[in-house]
Amino acid sequence: MMNPKTQNKVAIGTLYGVAGLVVLILLALLGYILVSGLPQLSWHFLTAPAKAFLKGGGVGIQLYNSFYLLILAMLISFPIALGAAIYLYEYAKDNWVTTTIRTAIEILSSLPSVVVGLFGFLFFVVKLNLGFSILSGAFALTFFNLPLLTRSIEDSLRTIDTTQREGGLALGLSRWETVTRVILPAAVPSILTGVILSAGRVFGEAAALIYTAGQSAPALDFTDWNPFNISSPLNPMRPAETLAVHIWKINSEGIMPDAKAISSGSSAVLVLAILLFNFAARYLGKRLYKRLTSA
Amino acid sequence: MSKKRWWQGLGLLLVVGLGLFAYQTREVSHAGESITAVGSTALQPLVEAAGEQYTGEHLGTFVNVQGGGTGTGLSQIQEGAVQIGNSDLFAGEQKGIRSQELVDHRVAVVGITPIVNKKAGVDHLTTAQLIQVFTGKVTNWREVGGKNLPIVLVNRAQGSGTRATFEQFGLAGHQSKTAQEQDSSGMVRQIVATTPGAISYVAFSYADKTVQAITLNGVAPTEANVITNHWKIWSYEHLYTKGQPTGLTKNFIRYIQSPAVQKTLVRQLGYLSPDQMRVNRDVHGQITKLEGAE
Amino acid sequence: MKSTEQLEQQLKRHSKAAKLEVWGKVVSFSALLLIVAVVVAIIGFVASKGLATFFSNHVSLWDFLSGKSWNPGITDAHGKPEVGALPMIVGSFLITILSALVATPFAIGTAVFMNEISPNKGAKILQPVTELLVGIPSVVYGFIGLSVIVPVTRTLFGGSGFGILSGTCVLFVMILPTVTSMSVDALRAVPRYYREASLALGATQWQTIYKVVLRAATPGMMTAVVFGMARAFGEALAVQMVIGNAALMPGSLVDPASTLTSVLTTGIGNTVMGSLQNNALWSLALVLLLMSLIFNLIIRLIGRKGRLQ
Repeated sequence: MMNPKTQNKVAIGTLYGVAGLVVLILLALLGYILVSGLPQLSWHFLTAPAKAFLKGGGVGIQLYNSFYLLILAMLISFPIALGAAIYLYEYAKDNWVTTTIRTAIEILSSLPSVVVGLFGFLFFVVKLNLGFSILSGAFALTFFNLPLLTRSIEDSLRTIDTTQREGGLALGLSRWETVTRVILPAAVPSILTGVILSAGRVFGEAAALIYTAGQSAPALDFTDWNPFNISSPLNPMRPAETLAVHIWKINSEGIMPDAKAISSGSSAVLVLAILLFNFAARYLGKRLYKRLTSA
Repeated sequence: MSKKRWWQGLGLLLVVGLGLFAYQTREVSHAGESITAVGSTALQPLVEAAGEQYTGEHLGTFVNVQGGGTGTGLSQIQEGAVQIGNSDLFAGEQKGIRSQELVDHRVAVVGITPIVNKKAGVDHLTTAQLIQVFTGKVTNWREVGGKNLPIVLVNRAQGSGTRATFEQFGLAGHQSKTAQEQDSSGMVRQIVATTPGAISYVAFSYADKTVQAITLNGVAPTEANVITNHWKIWSYEHLYTKGQPTGLTKNFIRYIQSPAVQKTLVRQLGYLSPDQMRVNRDVHGQITKLEGAE
Repeated sequence: MKSTEQLEQQLKRHSKAAKLEVWGKVVSFSALLLIVAVVVAIIGFVASKGLATFFSNHVSLWDFLSGKSWNPGITDAHGKPEVGALPMIVGSFLITILSALVATPFAIGTAVFMNEISPNKGAKILQPVTELLVGIPSVVYGFIGLSVIVPVTRTLFGGSGFGILSGTCVLFVMILPTVTSMSVDALRAVPRYYREASLALGATQWQTIYKVVLRAATPGMMTAVVFGMARAFGEALAVQMVIGNAALMPGSLVDPASTLTSVLTTGIGNTVMGSLQNNALWSLALVLLLMSLIFNLIIRLIGRKGRLQ
């Protein structure tokens, strides 16, 4: 048996190795994506519509759809998550009702995204007859995003020192006013970080969208901003394939001759967007925190 | 009222006003119409190409085409979730489809050929051998005259029209052994091209130089042979609509069936035109020679 | 001067702030209720569609769970449709367990490294690394699996390259960051004086980690692993792209196989609503749902046991 000192050295050495391997895996992944994908990125790639089975299509429409769906989903889910988080933070009593509610939220967050997407298909596409549309997709994404966002906002609210809350109440503010006028502003940097991080997750989501927002991307007329027109980018009733769904589709169907190149390029765009979201979250969070709390 | 309320009221008025304006000025003409066609991946290249051509000539219309397989096409058109269901099969051949609700528009004929990975060293088989390969009785290519390589079966998914046609007319009704399944013709071709010893089946339009097409019973998979039904593995390509089509759907289907498209695009993409056929096959598979045929 | 009645009214009337309070409480509670309603609706819908296979199509539950052939469109010799989900259930469990087995040592090792060995420099590098790995979308993992891992598996082991091995490789990288970051949280929760006491008694760092810290953090670690397994079990797209989708009992790690999620994703568009094929797929979705609930339950139980310690 090795003596404890040698064991110690060996163990620590192995741990260095393991950690190093993990970093290596990430570098290899990012490297592969960026090296094979970055050469594809050109203005044409980012703005041209996709071609069905000829070379040289782009992902312009899918990219736009990804952003539009993201914005819509965040617009719908943020108020709901905020309201729910405020209630859980301020008003919820410690009884079985609250426990049930928290369990329900946990269950929602642990559902596979494909199940959420299929529910979206059953309910929005078929039952409510919205068809494959941005609206169906936005709702499915909202369900997918709500538990994470709620938990993140509630955690942000809880990090604020209770003295702030007590101060507000002591000054005669109602509980609602205390939360919205004292605690919330102090928690804004943390909430913003949470929002941006969840935006990153939503941007890359595909399973929930395949059967709600659909797999086709009608050509858009970017000069037409009337939301009631079919070719308008703002129309929420049209099917909208996003970038992530596009990657899945062209790899499953395989009729596009340059499928691999387009997939690489799209993956690079997705990963770059996620990287941007991550950095923005950290950077903005830090800066806002400094400004708002003079820390 | 406080100043804040004023601004809020004004803002609301502005939003409502813009909304009404947009609603009034929306395009009500056919320009701006959009239809979705879903289903067979064998038919997909044709519908997509025709769609691109049509929308190029009629600006403002949109034809969205998706895959998913014949089963998807029929189930979606029955639901009314899309405007056109692309199908390799007669609606009556698919279980669960109320074919009396659907209207059939035949737009092409597609031949289906078995394809084999080039490393297997085989380019012709008999029907009996084909059945043996697909039911698993033969597991190595050398048993049918090829190299010493295990056979890797690749199937299409259950709802695929290509698969149904292949099993009915190529395997004489035998069921293929359960094996790997893929969603689309394109994927299948890619796997056959890259996996040593793989065999599968695709529409003529998908069989390219990366895979080896198979001659069956001495009959080569060519259009001439399909026309006379010497090559038996073929099917009509149907565009199904729920009830009679209207508007853009009607115009688009008429466009595809027009001689202009039938004589050019259809042939260019490797399909046949239904009026080229010298035989007619009905939903039960009965063959009748057409008048004027040899 | 106001009359006494007017004054009384003015005093008794709810102030604006009080009205706002009630309104705020109602609005936020309804937001909460909405979330709960969504959960109930999802479970309800999926359950009602999934149970239809057993009630309106009269498939026996035992056949479903133990049957080895999945061909819902075809009836077998007895006239009963072949709705055996065992290959998919086995496939799902196999890749989940295998990927968890492979990922756990790496995750725990990385977490220990980040928290114990090199909390300054190491954590600074590995924290963003973990966050980035979590952020990469699952389709991208699937695509890389398809273009890199499948050909490698094919060259090393023959066959088509699709199968449980490829699926395990992809899932391993996908759940690694999740399990790592949760393990880090578990390690952080171990009080400092545990370590200080151990070191004061003369133990080396490794002995401290192995015998004291890890043991104390075990419930948290187990939660992390189960969490990772839940994610692996529910992963659909990345798995579907590399597993081959053969509804067969996996004979080896390199035979094409299928999981509940892969069959669901491939098949749901192909079937007609209301038909047996469609209902059977919803039953698969129901199994997925139930498994995610079970994973949830396990995590809570571990958490509760850990707290009682």
